[in-house]
Amino acid sequence: MTKVTMTVNGKSVSGDVEGRTLLASFLREDQGLTGTHIGCDTSQCGACVVHVDGVAVKSCTMLAAEADGASVDTIEGQANADGSLNVIQQAFQDHHGLQCGFCTPGMVMSAAALLKDNPKPTEQEVREYLEGNICRCTGYHNIVKAIMAASGQDVTAIAAE
Amino acid sequence: MYNFDVEKPGTIAEAATAMRVEDAQALGGGQTLIPTLKQRLAGPSKLVSLKGVAEMQGISKDGNTLRIGGATIHAAVAAEGSYSALAALAAHIGDPAVRNRGTIGGSLANNDPAACYPAAALASGATIVTNTREIAADDYFQGMFDTALDEGEIITAVSFPIPQAANYQKFVQPASRFALVGVFVAKYTDGVRVAVTGASNEGVFRWTEAETALSANFSATALDGLSVSPDNMITDLHGSATYRAHLVKVMTGRAVTAAS
Repeated sequence: MTKVTMTVNGKSVSGDVEGRTLLASFLREDQGLTGTHIGCDTSQCGACVVHVDGVAVKSCTMLAAEADGASVDTIEGQANADGSLNVIQQAFQDHHGLQCGFCTPGMVMSAAALLKDNPKPTEQEVREYLEGNICRCTGYHNIVKAIMAASGQDVTAIAAE
Repeated sequence: MYNFDVEKPGTIAEAATAMRVEDAQALGGGQTLIPTLKQRLAGPSKLVSLKGVAEMQGISKDGNTLRIGGATIHAAVAAEGSYSALAALAAHIGDPAVRNRGTIGGSLANNDPAACYPAAALASGATIVTNTREIAADDYFQGMFDTALDEGEIITAVSFPIPQAANYQKFVQPASRFALVGVFVAKYTDGVRVAVTGASNEGVFRWTEAETALSANFSATALDGLSVSPDNMITDLHGSATYRAHLVKVMTGRAVTAAS
């Protein structure tokens, strides 16, 4: 076992991990942050997306030991300071951007990464950016619509096909 | 996964020392290796993470040569402007989260027969720089998942001569988004190089007949009389050898047109 220390949602945390412990497992099982979901466990579905040092990564495909010393942001740290939903989360609620909700944490974290780099993406750019996030309910239209709305763009013309 | 130790050296010298342990395995971004470990297809005693080796990070341009550190992530290559065909290739590997972890050195060391970077390295006549020597791309790729790397050898950088014109065309396998067939065409003053990934049981290869034709006439029509043999092409549920052989010519033509 090796001791790792990292900043998770602004708080310093540490724990003992095996070499093979995934970042996703450390967050969920050691830190109790079960908002980060493990869907496929094969780097494809994106339900486990978190931010490590400010960029989106798949936490099921990164070792906890690799995140030693890093700053990690998860879905639990996304709400506003007063506990209200942030603009992306609120847009997902307003535009019905979730059905079963399993993929939602990864979708929100990917959306946050996209909007940080590209504050006013086109609909096509949103769809391309979500290539690594799979919604098993196939609810993509409203997810894309929610992200477009969160970017402050008018979404009335985007059909809920 | 079987358990293993993780070591995080800060220099190439420390990494080389760490790799001397029996069954040690270099870890780039882990975007292929970690899924492989999960399936217990590998059981290293120790992973040597190269992410913290500062000398292996980043991109620099020296004259007409682009040098990319072995631990540089795909997203960084995608954002680099001096070799646009290479940047475009990097921008379509995996997905954004994968591109934030996966490294060029890791991709080339693994030499997946459907990976994109091997096509760019071979078509560009790149030089693979390791902790002990420099290897020409023509000598480096030795078959599916096989390279000239010795046990414990680490790719520290890759040097790309920047061509006059180049383009990469990837026909994606619709589920995995890996290349069903990918063709990288690069035009230099001394001739054209064409490298094909995804198609052959031998991994990435140069289509030399097309290189000769395109060096004389850099136009898709120069390929008209050529054909690609399906011998030794991959056949799987996504496409037959004949289909892949056909795609090689089609994608080469598209790459030439896009590069012209």
